[in-house]
Amino acid sequence: MTTTVALVPFAVLSMLTIWCAAMMLFTRNVVHAAFWMLACMVSTAGLYLLLSAEFLALVQLLVYAGAVAVLVLFVVMLTLRRREDAVRTRDFSLPALALAALFAVLGWMMVMSLRPAYPDTLPDVTPGVAELGLELFSTWVLPFEMASLILLVALVGAVWWSQGVKRS
Amino acid sequence: MTVGLPAFLLLAALLFSLGLYGAVSKKSAVMVLMSLELMANAVNINLVAFSRFLTPEKMTGQVFAMFMMVVAAAEIGLGLALVIALYRQTKTIELDRVDELKG
Repeated sequence: MTTTVALVPFAVLSMLTIWCAAMMLFTRNVVHAAFWMLACMVSTAGLYLLLSAEFLALVQLLVYAGAVAVLVLFVVMLTLRRREDAVRTRDFSLPALALAALFAVLGWMMVMSLRPAYPDTLPDVTPGVAELGLELFSTWVLPFEMASLILLVALVGAVWWSQGVKRS
Repeated sequence: MTVGLPAFLLLAALLFSLGLYGAVSKKSAVMVLMSLELMANAVNINLVAFSRFLTPEKMTGQVFAMFMMVVAAAEIGLGLALVIALYRQTKTIELDRVDELKG
């Protein structure tokens, strides 16, 4: 286990993540966009591995790359009447671009101004999956149970909404 | 050559901005939901990076990232159910054409 984050894997994974996200936004086909999102989530799981968060990387693969991508593809297929509807006109909006660029510049300046406070080297302690489990089931056990309740409620709500409520 | 915490933060800021652009500019409801997932993903990278670089022994950031994933999964499930319900009622998911509440 190394105690630093090497430049080359970080550069490769981060450029892959950014590129996939940009392709997701600028492709015209909705189905292609869903697959670009999947690729973006997979490379993010690689970033989690770099930060030695192995369990989170696995959860990311299962939840985002597995469940969410399949769900999005299902909804895309259910809401398209013809095959040609998947290809959309390019919707470009200058105000949205200005807003996002402003946010990016502000975030960049904030990180740069706080840069001296941030460490450039990793601490010696590497977190492990066993410690994460202990932490999750001792300190965070109540929020953990509430999270499962949220998932249950969301499941019931999703079924309720999508079955088509009759207009009385 | 190694990278530190600021590199991860800059990456997350860039990813969040991309997601913000998509969430504001896209006309398809499904694309807006996908852009929201992108933003949640950027926040998760931030949480995990802070947790790894600052307090690796307590792992608060990782636990928070896990709860973020739960909420994001619930959000995308409910959001897509809403999209399906919208499609059943109006036969479209173009956000421009969902303007019944416009006076």
